[in-house]
Amino acid sequence: MGIPILAQLVNVLAAFLLLIAFAMLSQRRVLTLIKLLAWQGAALAASTAIVAWSTGQTHLYYSALLTVLLKVILIPWVLHRLIDRLFVRWDIETLINIPTTMLIGIGLVIFAFALATPISQMATTLTRSTLGIALASVLLSFLMMIVRQKAVPQVIGFLAMENGLFFAATSATYGMPLVVELGVALDVLVGTFIFGIFFFHIRERFDSLDIRHMEKLKED
Amino acid sequence: MGVLSSPLAGSLAVAVAWLAIAVAGLVPAGNAAFARRFAFPLGAAAGVALAAFGLQAAWLPAQTLTLPLGLPDMPFHLRIDPLAGFFLMLLGSVSAGISVYAAGYFREEPSGRLTLINLQYHVFLASMAFVLLADDAYLFMVAWETMALSSYFLVITDHQLPAIRRAGFLYLLIAHLGAIAILLCFGVLHGGRGDYTFDALRAAQLQPAWATVAFLLAFFGFGAKAGMLPLHAWLPEAHPAAPSPVSALMSGVMIKTAIYGMVRVIFDLIGNVRWEWGMVVLAVGGATTLFGVLYALMQHDLKRLLAYHSVENIGIILLGLGMAMVFIGFGHPAAGVLALIAALYHTLNHAVFKGLLFLGAGSILHSTGLRNLNDMGGLIRGMPKTAFYFLIGALAISALPPLNGFVSEWLTFQAALQATILQHGVVRSLLPLFAATLALAGALTAMCFVKVYGIAFLGRPREPADHSPLPHAGDAGRMERYGMAWLAAGCFVLGLFPTSFLLILNRVGVSLTGQGLSEQALAGSGWLWLVPTSAGQASYSPVIFLVVIAAATLLTFLLVRRFYHGRVRFAAPWDCGYPEQTSRMQDTADAFGQPIRHVFGPIYRIERRLPGPDDAEPRYTLKVEDRHWYWLYMPVARAAEFVSSKIALLQQGRISIYLLYSFITLIALLVFVR
Amino acid sequence: MNSAQGIAFQILQSVFVVLAAPLLTGWVNQCRAWLQNRSAPSILLPYYTLAKLFHKDAIFARDASPIFRWTPYILFGCMWLAAGIVPVLATGLPFAPAADIIALVGVFALARMFSALAAMDIGTSFGGLGARREMLIGFLAEPAMLMTLFTAAFISGSTQLTTIVDTLAHREFALYPSLAFAAVAFLMVLLAENARIPIDNPTTHLELTMVHEALILEYSARHLALIEWAVAIKLFAYMTIGIALFLPWGIANAGDWSALPYAFAALAGKLALAGAGLALIEALLAKLRLFLAPEFLSTAFLLAVLGMLTHFLVKG
Repeated sequence: MGIPILAQLVNVLAAFLLLIAFAMLSQRRVLTLIKLLAWQGAALAASTAIVAWSTGQTHLYYSALLTVLLKVILIPWVLHRLIDRLFVRWDIETLINIPTTMLIGIGLVIFAFALATPISQMATTLTRSTLGIALASVLLSFLMMIVRQKAVPQVIGFLAMENGLFFAATSATYGMPLVVELGVALDVLVGTFIFGIFFFHIRERFDSLDIRHMEKLKED
Repeated sequence: MGVLSSPLAGSLAVAVAWLAIAVAGLVPAGNAAFARRFAFPLGAAAGVALAAFGLQAAWLPAQTLTLPLGLPDMPFHLRIDPLAGFFLMLLGSVSAGISVYAAGYFREEPSGRLTLINLQYHVFLASMAFVLLADDAYLFMVAWETMALSSYFLVITDHQLPAIRRAGFLYLLIAHLGAIAILLCFGVLHGGRGDYTFDALRAAQLQPAWATVAFLLAFFGFGAKAGMLPLHAWLPEAHPAAPSPVSALMSGVMIKTAIYGMVRVIFDLIGNVRWEWGMVVLAVGGATTLFGVLYALMQHDLKRLLAYHSVENIGIILLGLGMAMVFIGFGHPAAGVLALIAALYHTLNHAVFKGLLFLGAGSILHSTGLRNLNDMGGLIRGMPKTAFYFLIGALAISALPPLNGFVSEWLTFQAALQATILQHGVVRSLLPLFAATLALAGALTAMCFVKVYGIAFLGRPREPADHSPLPHAGDAGRMERYGMAWLAAGCFVLGLFPTSFLLILNRVGVSLTGQGLSEQALAGSGWLWLVPTSAGQASYSPVIFLVVIAAATLLTFLLVRRFYHGRVRFAAPWDCGYPEQTSRMQDTADAFGQPIRHVFGPIYRIERRLPGPDDAEPRYTLKVEDRHWYWLYMPVARAAEFVSSKIALLQQGRISIYLLYSFITLIALLVFVR
Repeated sequence: MNSAQGIAFQILQSVFVVLAAPLLTGWVNQCRAWLQNRSAPSILLPYYTLAKLFHKDAIFARDASPIFRWTPYILFGCMWLAAGIVPVLATGLPFAPAADIIALVGVFALARMFSALAAMDIGTSFGGLGARREMLIGFLAEPAMLMTLFTAAFISGSTQLTTIVDTLAHREFALYPSLAFAAVAFLMVLLAENARIPIDNPTTHLELTMVHEALILEYSARHLALIEWAVAIKLFAYMTIGIALFLPWGIANAGDWSALPYAFAALAGKLALAGAGLALIEALLAKLRLFLAPEFLSTAFLLAVLGMLTHFLVKG
């Protein structure tokens, strides 16, 4: 096949991204989830850097650097400190059991692939076949947010979703303008801090981070 | 002479011979000698002849015949073509083995029951032959209903037990619902033109919407008889209730006539198969497969377990048919024919090994009186030959090479791998998923049969042998063994020499779709190699497979004996230091299924009662019920009762009210006819 | 290549695999000992063990049936066949078209069914425990393996192992994401089917934690030797299947004697690396609770399905 080697590398990194999204669905330990998030950020940065090299768009280098700083180093460190202070280690129960979750995940992947194929054929970028994978990882992260019962994995799902969106942007349109990226990165950082504050509040109120307790706030 | 050269006349002669045997048994002779000694063996011989005629018909062009029976302007039309010939071969060969077994099984029945069983059995066989030979809707429905009625009477042979009467009623009810759907389908195809022959139905040009309606009616009508979801509830009730040879015949042959009906009506009469129909069939087939095998793993009644496996295998056949429809609908007839061949091959395979398994279960029941797996154990010592034949059946149904179950599963996988030629993205991705379902079902079936064989035949007896010795204690009788041997040999022949059957089925495919397997496939296949598409793409040689494993096994045995020794000592089994090991500590059937119950819990409706710490007599009960009763059957039954109770208000019991009804009808007719 | 040379190659490969399999097991044990900071036993220890076992008297339970007595030979015969089919040293062997990847999975399934039946023959609760657990793991491992092989079959357009290896070895170097998924799934299935951590601990002596060992609890002497040997051949076969699918370079063509030494060297290098990798995985992971094993395997199954779907997406 005539796909150049760099595009193949991006394909492999996309597959790695999807693999991590699936692995997050099946993981129970919160520490491992954070590590997986860091790996996802690293894969994202690597693929952005490769796209930057092969197309010569230098602003993508800055994107890659920002991604490394934020998603591989800063946010995982913040989350580590959070779970240390909150004594969160395991998330035993999910809304539906793990094999069923993964089956639904496969269905979402088929849906995402089927949706993305006609769009890929119209796009002109180097990495157009990865649009389906990016969409699939967004949907899988959303699924993870839905089925998890504790708050910290839900936040990790949110961050993974943002990773998938970023990857979709890079693969379809070679990234967003730098200003928009900086704004989004700042939003994500602020969001993480706000989540952290909320965790402490929830913990104080209910003595646990199990989100089912939030149902008690309903008026009867 | 003329009979021999015309398979149609020959098949008709065999069907009439069966009817003659049925009636001849009614002749009141001393101790029903004819029925006891000659009827079943003669029926078996007729079955072999029918198989030969069916085989002959696969190689000749279609023949037709008109019988002057039936209504004045709707005589009986008969027709034999490769598809009918293949199914006649199935009917003849499998029923021959079962009839030989029945000759031994029914030998000690009291005369009254025996003559009735003989009558019903051979009428059943003859009606199935007529279903396969029918060339017009009228004869088809007559034969279909006769088949349902005669099998109903066979199912309620032990009608003193209320459970058996209930099972029979459920069977008859669903059979009739299916028959109504089939009749409506014929009506749609008929379209008011006045001619019910299949030629006329075939030539009808239907609009796409009506064709889909006809397809759905045929699919659910024949599916009700085949035992597919959600109309399967009669199968696990009726098959265990019937005597064992009858269960074998029903599970092995009767539900295959429903598959014949499906193929005949959908591929032949309706024609112009659409790929959306194929997706419906695939979805229903996949659900049926998984449902059947998961419920089979939960059963501890041997015959009920085998009945659920029949449901599963019908699902596998439907998977093959669905793939064929998808490929043909998208315009790839070569791949479609491959999928159709896989489905029909599985039909034949299932008839052979399911018949064998039911006959084995019948021998166990005959010799020990046991039907519940939880009471069995160690039967291999008392019944070694039955254990051998049952092992062959268990290996065959688990789709293990080199037996026949593997060949049809292999062909289905090869058909699924042709999915790359499709252009439609979603369908192309879904077809391998259905292949994954098939793989999962195959692995679960192997687990179930390790359970069945291990608990029934291996290990030690779980219940103390204190029940009174049965008259048939010991291994199966002579005729029973011959019947099982015939079917076991069939498993080997179908598994080791698949190419001959592939060529026959290729003729069937050509007659239905106009195209057969590719040239490379036919060139590459021979008695040694099975090549469905091309030699570079896939090939399989079961003979080499078996020869290499057997040679390696024997060589190892001889080498070890030669270089070392063959000394053996006997001792008690290893007990890991626990002092008291009783046979009750072995796994029961329910215990073996516990991991599956744990993993697939939500699919079943389970009621479990665990013994408490204060129970004087601790008891553990487990009841696994089919959810379809609560989702579908009970609500429908309640709705039917409700509607009936409302309509029952019409029945007031007073004559003046009834006269009032007639008066109102008269006024209404006068108003509207004017 | 005429048929005599082909048969010679075939016999050479079968004999080589059967004789070399315990060496691989010895190497894995050595690596594991080094990783656990112990001094390792000799790499030839499995051979000594087999020789010792063959000399002993066999002990049977009094109720043992013919199935119990014949299963070790049948298992060994099945593994012989697998050794002959998998392209270890050369492709294009004469027996290779007799069984494709689906039949290969069928051979392993046949072996599994017979060993489970032999376990139930004993009539104690441990045999039933082993059989039940083995089938629990097998019922998901077999479809996962099939789906992994189907991904390879879709890429190369054939289910013959020879054709798959030829296609993947002689293509220009290309990274297939679908093969990456399939490789991860295959690794998980390899761990499960060969009774390695995290599914089963091959060195355990506690009966209630056993899966595979519980099946062979009752066997002794030459039967145990044959079963251990068959297990070693199975590990060898799985590793070479993985190498053939994912790292196929350096393999010879049947009849090409000149390429044989290079093929030997390439195989030895790859197997050494693979064995060390297996020992590393076993050292890093812990054994899973039994009912987490279906989750592990369903992850493998779904990854394999994902690989198949990715192939369809990326291709077109």
